[in-house]
Amino acid sequence: MILNRDLVIIGAGPSGLCAAKMAAEAGQKVLLIDRNPQLGGQLIKQTHMFFGSEKQYAKTRGFDIAKKLIDDVKKYPDLVEIWDNSTVVGLYSDKVLTVLTGETYRKVQAKAIIVATGASEKVLAFENNDLPGIYGAGAVQTLMNVYGVKPGEKIVMVGSGNIGLIVSYQLMQAGVKVLAVIEAAKVIGGYKVHASKLRRLGVDIITSCTIKKAIGKDKVEKIVTVRLNEKWEEIPGTEKEYEVDAVCIAVGLSPLTNLLAMIGCELKYVGELGGLVPVLSKDYETTIEGVYACGDASGIEEASSAMVEGYITGLAAAKKLGKVHPQYDELMVDLRKQLDILRSGPFGEKIRKGLAKLEGVKEVC
Amino acid sequence: MLNQYGYPSPEQVKSKFPSLEILVKPKAIVECYEKIPCNPCSTSCPFKAITIGEDINNTPVVDFDKCTGCGICVYSCPGLAITVCEVLEDKVRFKIPYEFLPIPKQGELWHAVNRKGEVIGEAYIEKVTLTPRQDKTQLVQVLVDKELLYEFVTIRSQDYE
Amino acid sequence: MMRIKEHPILDFSKERKIIRFTFNGQEVYGYEGDTIASALSALGVKEFSVSIKHKRPRGFYCAIGNCSSCHMIVDGVPNVKTCITLLKEGMKVETQTNKGELYDLK
Ligand SMILES: Cc1cc2nc3c(=O)[nH]c(=O)nc-3n(C[C@H](O)[C@H](O)[C@H](O)COP(=O)(O)OP(=O)(O)OC[C@H]3O[C@@H](n4cnc5c(N)ncnc54)[C@H](O)[C@@H]3O)c2cc1C
Ligand code: SF4
Ligand code: SF4
Ligand code: FES
Repeated sequence: MILNRDLVIIGAGPSGLCAAKMAAEAGQKVLLIDRNPQLGGQLIKQTHMFFGSEKQYAKTRGFDIAKKLIDDVKKYPDLVEIWDNSTVVGLYSDKVLTVLTGETYRKVQAKAIIVATGASEKVLAFENNDLPGIYGAGAVQTLMNVYGVKPGEKIVMVGSGNIGLIVSYQLMQAGVKVLAVIEAAKVIGGYKVHASKLRRLGVDIITSCTIKKAIGKDKVEKIVTVRLNEKWEEIPGTEKEYEVDAVCIAVGLSPLTNLLAMIGCELKYVGELGGLVPVLSKDYETTIEGVYACGDASGIEEASSAMVEGYITGLAAAKKLGKVHPQYDELMVDLRKQLDILRSGPFGEKIRKGLAKLEGVKEVC
Repeated sequence: MLNQYGYPSPEQVKSKFPSLEILVKPKAIVECYEKIPCNPCSTSCPFKAITIGEDINNTPVVDFDKCTGCGICVYSCPGLAITVCEVLEDKVRFKIPYEFLPIPKQGELWHAVNRKGEVIGEAYIEKVTLTPRQDKTQLVQVLVDKELLYEFVTIRSQDYE
Repeated sequence: MMRIKEHPILDFSKERKIIRFTFNGQEVYGYEGDTIASALSALGVKEFSVSIKHKRPRGFYCAIGNCSSCHMIVDGVPNVKTCITLLKEGMKVETQTNKGELYDLK
């Protein structure tokens, strides 16, 4: 049996939720699917106050933003249908989805699809990197902030981007000792206000340094770090041992585009956006008509931009299906302006470069 | 320094402080050195004393004439980059943001800590506020020795090893 | 015990229902709202499976269902992503040491 739905949104993180809200506001029926028991995506584990401006809920803590966005979509019970605990395992070019809920398979025929599946954490190659106790930083954040379980007592964080810095701070708040944050580059990757917050707690931030190997039998017990020279080569004699019971890897995210690949839309490798990303129109439509992508799935950025992109995509997809939001034009202008502002500073430079590369492709094809 | 170790240079720190004459009244010290897309400090100030402008990537600028030292920006800044400072006769009074347990109590002595995380003296806890609108960020008012004016940034429990 | 009791931002003080389950035959418990992975982590269990070829111990890595590093056998069903599967009363959870074998649907 195949179920018919108009607009299907895969992923109920900030981007998917915002897309659902806007589409519903335009009067469009939506099926929102997420594989987690809780909606909200990455937001449910963010205990810190967010950056950005008021329009993107700055200074509100991430998990409270999730609550607001979930409330927003629950205001439309007649329009928004939610399937949680449900993983989309297949996406086919005739816009058929296969969905697994527990051991039940369902097939859905959609008219339009928004892929807002977010990102996955990158892994780092080093000796024994598969030992239990070596976790992605996001995993640690989920474990402690959603489930209230500490990943260990003594930890070293690998990577000083915002995620590495923020998760380190949150580990300290949970009572876990962060022995050091190490970073292979010459400078700290994330916002310096986050770094300073950590530094004043006495956490060492060591740049030009990487993890050489992990040691342990059934789980990580020690790690060895090593300093790097200008050419990113290990400097012999600078090895340092730390006794740890967990290691956090925060070396970046890559967009989760496997479903987009499966349905056959064009993807391009853009390092600045985190890896393979879909080629998109201004309305976030992929090269397949009626299939959209937004948020981290279309390029790694922030929750703030993921929300704004979600709103834009929701508006556009609803319009495609004949439901035009009464304030469509004003909203689009304002939302695009918000994105430009978010991306205009030095931290937005990478994104701007990445998007420019993606633009290049579109012009060719 | 800031980019490599996470703490600013003494010159950077001093550049954010007004003169000692101005500091006889409590004033916000906004240690936000880098262009990031963020502006709650300016939107939260009821006296419009912090300006960022249309481009939220600009760094904040404080108008010390307008700042009353109320402390609202201190717990509104997601970067926890703001303190309020007031120079008294032989002490300095700070209002700082704090997000750890245990919650300090009035009358206790805590370690005074610098931007590198080193203990540099003692801090006397004068007052702790934690109203619902602070959303779990405590506002702790402390007294420290005057020499620590440009050094002090946070507190640490004396029980913490 | 790895449970966080006090937290400056989050509230973990709420009493939660105890959920009993077995881990490799041993009776243990977690709480309502736990995933299998979070309950095991709270018990200090780090090894969830053994890698197929080289028989190396594996724990979870991403905790959001992306990486498959947390596969275990749950109630006889292999390859269950324990990081996104909620704990249920009486579950039988076992370390997985192979690719998983065919099983009968209940
Ligand atoms: C570990 C981590 C920490 C971060 N910290 C911060 C921060 O502090 N501040 C900040 O601004 N940003 C932060 N970010 C970035 C921010 O959280 C993301 O940019 C934002 O959440 C992206 O939103 P999204 O909706 O695109 O994706 P997500 O929030 O990742 O949501 C994607 C959703 O899709 C679901 N999904 C995926 N695949 C499927 C499928 N096949 N079937 C069904 N459902 C599926 C997932 O379960 C998830 O709920 C962080 C990101 C990560 C990964
Ligand atoms: S202390 Fe009060 S008056 Fe001064 S800048 Fe902050 S919010 Fe404004
Ligand atoms: S709120 Fe804080 S981090 Fe944000 S711009 Fe203002 S001072 Fe900087
Ligand atoms: S830990 Fe990655 S899928 Fe469960």
